[in-house]
Amino acid sequence: MTSQAMSGFWSLWISVITLGVIAFCWWLLYANRKTDKVPAANGEVETTGHAADGIEEYDNPLPRWWFIMFVITIVFGLVYLALYPGLGNYKGLLGWTSTGQWQDEMARAEERYAPIFQQYAQIDIRTLASDPAAMQVADRLYQNNCAVCHGSSARGAYGFPNLTDGNWLYGGDPEVIRDSIIFGRNGLMPAWVDMLGERGVDTMTHYVLGLSGLEHDAAKAEEAAPMYQAICSACHGVDGQGSAAMGLDSIGAPNLTANSWMYVQPGQSVYDSVAFTLRHGRNGLMPAQARYLDYGVELPNNLRSLSAQEKAELLPKVHLVTAYIYSLNQGK
Amino acid sequence: MKHEIVEKNIGLMSVLILVVISFGGLAEIVPLFFQDETTKPVEGLKPVNALQLEGRDVYIREGCYTCHSQMIRPFRAETERYGHYSVAGEFVYDHPFQWGSKRTGPDLARVGGRYSDDWHYAHMYNPRDVVPESIMPSYPWLNYRVLDGRHTATKMERLRMLGVPYTDEDIAGAADMVRGKTEMDALVAYLQQLGTVLKDTR
Repeated sequence: MTSQAMSGFWSLWISVITLGVIAFCWWLLYANRKTDKVPAANGEVETTGHAADGIEEYDNPLPRWWFIMFVITIVFGLVYLALYPGLGNYKGLLGWTSTGQWQDEMARAEERYAPIFQQYAQIDIRTLASDPAAMQVADRLYQNNCAVCHGSSARGAYGFPNLTDGNWLYGGDPEVIRDSIIFGRNGLMPAWVDMLGERGVDTMTHYVLGLSGLEHDAAKAEEAAPMYQAICSACHGVDGQGSAAMGLDSIGAPNLTANSWMYVQPGQSVYDSVAFTLRHGRNGLMPAQARYLDYGVELPNNLRSLSAQEKAELLPKVHLVTAYIYSLNQGK
Repeated sequence: MKHEIVEKNIGLMSVLILVVISFGGLAEIVPLFFQDETTKPVEGLKPVNALQLEGRDVYIREGCYTCHSQMIRPFRAETERYGHYSVAGEFVYDHPFQWGSKRTGPDLARVGGRYSDDWHYAHMYNPRDVVPESIMPSYPWLNYRVLDGRHTATKMERLRMLGVPYTDEDIAGAADMVRGKTEMDALVAYLQQLGTVLKDTR
């Protein structure tokens, strides 16, 4: 951060102009005062000498109430400049700054809300997920931070996972969900058309449809089966059950037997979507959310190796949202 | 001086009015031109690259600033939602800056990295596809308007005249970086770098 102070010259420049203008207004007000104008004995007041189409203007003093208001604004200005930082580098008697005000505001909120969040951080995610009050707080956090991609009902959208169907890319264990939120995820499926060829893309698509029990060409699926075992099974599993079911929580290869398709566009057939995926690959990215949810928390380098309890206390809002996501999948 | 002279001489009156109203600017604006806080970039600030620059021009052309500000004020309600408040040193390479003054949509000062590229593509194509409640207009044409990069280098040269530290290589490579990309590519590239310099603050 560069210094907030300005040079002495500019500080003086501001002060001289500001106070000079106020002094000028003051002078202007008094110089034009017409207290000496008293009506003549016969009640006649002098005119200003202005005449337009025969209309003349009396030269009366300013109304008293108007004059006093003018004086009050000048006094207000001077008091304000004494209390607040208006004159160059002068800090003001109150020592007010906009960042100081923000820090106070943050500190007050911390004092008020931190105990509530810390209290929830002490509760296990599975238990917390059935606490209606906690889930109400978590729902607000979810709507503000997660709903933009996953939807306000958490059912996802084209390209964004449904969080309510019990079908996980990385696993539905509370700690895996927590890590997905803290660190984000980057799921990469390579493009396979060079390896499979156009015919291979077609037959493999039928094989994948078959895994989910969808209508498919059995002969083509059978043709693709050995290739599936040779290349696809490494990530998606020999039965197509996905990497999470294989106990791998960092690959994110979807379960192909669940008939759940994240990349089917509205109006698109599952066949077209799967064939597109095989041909071009996919690159799903969820940005890390810890900094957004628990704003202001300094993240340690060993964050990944902290215990569940330590993570909960360090990032209490992530903890709540984890419980919320977990709660959406109960009974699924 | 008799006031009558001023009243009957409109040229003189104009000059005197200008003198009077310039005092506010002299005290409030002029000193900022000479203050480190407003003229020095924050540490690590880089000028936007050629593609991002074209994206910024799309941002301006489509009038994004009429609904989105790029200025987080130091209030808790804003920093909780958008991240660290904006500081002047983040904008020294912006000509013109895109602070805006109207928030029909959210502030974008730190939107960079917050959502995936895919999200931005889907969202700009049709915001309702990802946020059903959204009232933002769709910008599908950005997907098929392809940039040719004809003016990119010239734009960067002009910005360099205004003090943006583009190197000769930046400018020489500008057209190649941009050519063939869609306006959508450029706009997403621009959005994804917004506010990312103050990393540790969010």
